[in-house]
Amino acid sequence: MQDLVVSIVFISYAIGVLMTFGLVLTWVERKQGAVMSDRIGANRAYLRIPFTQVKLVWWGLFHGLADGMKMLLKEDWKPDSYDKLAYALAPWVAFAPVLLVFAVIPFGGTLRPGELFAAMPAVAAWFGDRTYPLTIATLDAGLLVIFAFGGITIIGAMLAGWSSSNKFSLLGALRAGSQMISYELIMGLTVLGLVLVYGTVDLRNIAQQQSATLFGFLPAWGVFYQPFAAILFLTAAVAENKRIPFDLPEAESELIAGYFTEYSAMKMGLFMFAEFIEIAIIAALFTTLFLGGYNLPFMTDDGFDLPGGVTVTLNHGLVLVTQVVVFLVKVFLMCSFQILVRWSLPRFRYDQLLRFAWRFMFPLALINLVVTVLVVWAVRA
Amino acid sequence: MSVPRLRREYWNSPTMSWWERSYLPEILRGLSITGGVFVRNMAKWMTGRKGALTTYYPEERRADYSPINRGKHVLTQRPDGRPQCVACNLCATVCPAKVIEIEAGFDPEDVAHPKFPVQFTIDYSRCVFCGLCVEACPEDAIRMVPEVPSFPGADRHDMWISLPELLTWNPQSDVAKPYPPKGGR
Repeated sequence: MQDLVVSIVFISYAIGVLMTFGLVLTWVERKQGAVMSDRIGANRAYLRIPFTQVKLVWWGLFHGLADGMKMLLKEDWKPDSYDKLAYALAPWVAFAPVLLVFAVIPFGGTLRPGELFAAMPAVAAWFGDRTYPLTIATLDAGLLVIFAFGGITIIGAMLAGWSSSNKFSLLGALRAGSQMISYELIMGLTVLGLVLVYGTVDLRNIAQQQSATLFGFLPAWGVFYQPFAAILFLTAAVAENKRIPFDLPEAESELIAGYFTEYSAMKMGLFMFAEFIEIAIIAALFTTLFLGGYNLPFMTDDGFDLPGGVTVTLNHGLVLVTQVVVFLVKVFLMCSFQILVRWSLPRFRYDQLLRFAWRFMFPLALINLVVTVLVVWAVRA
Repeated sequence: MSVPRLRREYWNSPTMSWWERSYLPEILRGLSITGGVFVRNMAKWMTGRKGALTTYYPEERRADYSPINRGKHVLTQRPDGRPQCVACNLCATVCPAKVIEIEAGFDPEDVAHPKFPVQFTIDYSRCVFCGLCVEACPEDAIRMVPEVPSFPGADRHDMWISLPELLTWNPQSDVAKPYPPKGGR
């Protein structure tokens, strides 16, 4: 019973966070792009408090809501497709795995309800001395689960392109397929070096190991162990998400909108929403793997373990709040960086895209892996 | 006699150095440029200044309109406040976009100017702002001023301007007219 309550709270938190990120990122993307190019950006949509003339504009923050309303109210036009089932299924196949991936990402340390609710003895007694890691599913194979679910997204794009009976969609789907398969390989190879360093694929364990100290002064973050892999991973992840500069599958000057050309209303909205949530997922994954996860530098579940042997012990509630907030801030900064990339770099040509994957990033990832293997072997021996 | 062929030397050679071809440093340079612009503009917004070149159109107007800008039409007034227009329809005739519609009325009280406009409407959704109506007018009744009318609206019928708004032009003095009108008949 206690486990059920905690799980429901975690799941609603995760879904709430992802939906909020998806909605807010649509606005952040426009607004950041506007500020970067000396413009003002989305600032007209407002909520009016009923029966008053008070308009809440909030720098256009409600444009995401307005977009969602528009998507929901538009006509859901369907093409005369021979495969209606696949057509209806594709947006969900693209959308659901993106949400599922977050289940294994740790968004905080360990929750000890008995200690947190010490002021309320009844609640504390009900929970006893149970502990809950702040992850929806604590799996040993967390990283593998992420890659497994990440692979399903390709099927969504391929289904959408195949069942739309439109040659632009089909071309877009083919491009999406080959691009995502190529870059997923590189993503896997870059993470492999990190797995060797930490000796585990359990994301929670990886996050905890990053609280340690490296060379006596650096926090033992993945980005300091594997700086090269961090860059390659981020590049491959952006390519995996099919965003500029890798947005060949939906290159509007060539393919109208690529594999979701024939989708309208909220089905198209689901594809867009999946893309924006995936920005947050990539940011969360990068944070967990390379940026110390939910912890501040040198922070553990009990407080700070500073270099030089200084230990600071903190209240359990304070630690929890800090970890959750730190995770969200790191994720948001990484999202913002991805949007910066999207507004800065020009799109590749398709042959350049695949050559970049197979003749540039793939050898680099392999070299990185070989060097990591040698160093790990030398250190352990 | 052979003329040596002049070949232009460009300051930026089209070939890339190995540094540029290694891709990542130049990408990082580009990102730092755009990121720098972002930080600079964001700092302006944060400190209450404007970090963009855009003018918020209906709320803000640009200050650098030309003094002879043909923004919108006005009708001049007689000293008693009635329109100078005698509803001769010359402006409506000369108008290339055919946007002026005048309905004439008869006023037996005013012996000097018995004909006057009952309706005088201009459709700004079609007006080309050429100023031919101003040149055609024999009475100096229609003029153009630099200000632009408040256009944004949800309907094309919001872009019609009629007599009351055309008569709102009311300067303190004018070289050709005894302004301001004193009112009364």
